[in-house]
Amino acid sequence: MWRQRTRVNAGLPMFPSRQMHSRTALFGRLTKAVVAAGLGLLHLGVQAADITVSAAASLSNALRDIAPLFEAAHPAHKLRFNFGASGALLAQLTRGAPVDVFISADQETMDRAQAQGLVQAAQRRNAVSNLLVVVVPAAGDSSSKPANPSRPLAVPQPSSPPKTLNDLAQPAFARIAIGLPASVPAGRYAQAALEAAGLWAAIAPKTIGAHHVRQALDYVARGEVDAGFVYATDAALMAGKVKVAFTVPTAQPILYPVATLAAGPQAAQGVKFVDFLFTRAAQAVLAKHGFGRP
Amino acid sequence: MDEAWTALALTLKVAGWATALNLVLGVGAGYAFSRWRFPGRDVLDALLTLPMVMPPTVLGYYLLVVIGSQGVVGAWLLQNFGIRLIFTWQAAVIAATIVAFPLVFKAARAAFENVDPQWEDAARTLGLGEWGIFLRVSLPLAWRGILAGLLLAFARALGEFGATLMVAGSIAGQTQTLSIAVYEAVQAGQDDTANFLVMVTSLVCLAVLLSAGRLVPGRVVARG
Repeated sequence: MWRQRTRVNAGLPMFPSRQMHSRTALFGRLTKAVVAAGLGLLHLGVQAADITVSAAASLSNALRDIAPLFEAAHPAHKLRFNFGASGALLAQLTRGAPVDVFISADQETMDRAQAQGLVQAAQRRNAVSNLLVVVVPAAGDSSSKPANPSRPLAVPQPSSPPKTLNDLAQPAFARIAIGLPASVPAGRYAQAALEAAGLWAAIAPKTIGAHHVRQALDYVARGEVDAGFVYATDAALMAGKVKVAFTVPTAQPILYPVATLAAGPQAAQGVKFVDFLFTRAAQAVLAKHGFGRP
Repeated sequence: MDEAWTALALTLKVAGWATALNLVLGVGAGYAFSRWRFPGRDVLDALLTLPMVMPPTVLGYYLLVVIGSQGVVGAWLLQNFGIRLIFTWQAAVIAATIVAFPLVFKAARAAFENVDPQWEDAARTLGLGEWGIFLRVSLPLAWRGILAGLLLAFARALGEFGATLMVAGSIAGQTQTLSIAVYEAVQAGQDDTANFLVMVTSLVCLAVLLSAGRLVPGRVVARG
């Protein structure tokens, strides 16, 4: 037995035998974790009152602030949030994710959910409104940097923040963060605005795709891009690191629809949360975060 | 489906560069660790192995902090050379290289440790210099183990996702590797694209494994 083991070690000498001991300890801990997780799974089965909310990433801070208010008003219910790009959340719903309430950052994503019979159309309401803005890294960061990685010295430096979409076409703005239009509403709004201005063809090659709007915000805050398209509410979260250059005119107002899911395990309870979003207390939190009334 | 082929070409390029860099870095470090004792050796060993056990997102974050344009190295590169690494395929290579490094390092170290010192001593008595001993005795004897490590590293670099996504983003044709393209297609609910990409990825991985079996045949066969 021992012989066999040393032979195994000789064949795969990547792990010195000293590590074998810690590996058995780790294995013991892993077993405990697996058992605990298994028990947790059973526990989850009886926890019937949890409401699962899939919401646009831009709502994350506001909804996390609303959660304790809702749970105080409805002690029997606990909220569980799943934040992401609206398109990514829809893709999860399409595949049968057990979600009770869906809030998307655009009408199109909710329309698609409705067309697939995923949401209870009668319950659909617009919860909040928002604005699309172009943000740039806060002063002193990007203004002194050469922008193009391949021919830095030949490229003019962004001397001042952009004032209109047209300014973004300048070579000084070499990298522009935008939500991936295929799954991120903020990216679709941005693309539509740029198309309307006849600038999409010029700007598309300079875009850096983000998987949700907060990622685009992060790219700007870190100074990795020269500008980015985010919501006004996102920009307010990083006021020290990003600066709002201008508000982007959008063809339609940006309204966030909310609806309960047709197949949600707790969709009936989800209605309570949807109703709560329209109470004065919740609207005050949303307003504090910069969201407008629908 | 042009995007898939672009992503495949990019993935192979990134993994190829990462493997080539690790051939130098991993083999060098492996040889150093197998031959010399120095203070802090154990700590350095653990640090160099860390990328294998750490979540790629943690690694991606470290990279972002170091090579980002506001990071220590990144700011220096930007000021002196105007180079921005983040969102370039070179950043993907850096991420893949670091993630795959321990696989080459560990394999090379073990392979060098298994080389019988008698052969090296014999070469020394015959007047060969240390560099010559490394190139003509140690390396050829350790080569099989190193090759196995390199193949694992190539496979790991092909599948690298987390750290790459964080430092290279997802720019079609520039930094969008196969694994990232799959993620993006699934996020967008584009199942047709996802299916095709998954097929391509699976076939590539299978091909790597099969060629690995050819390049590094069983120990018994080779020794016998």
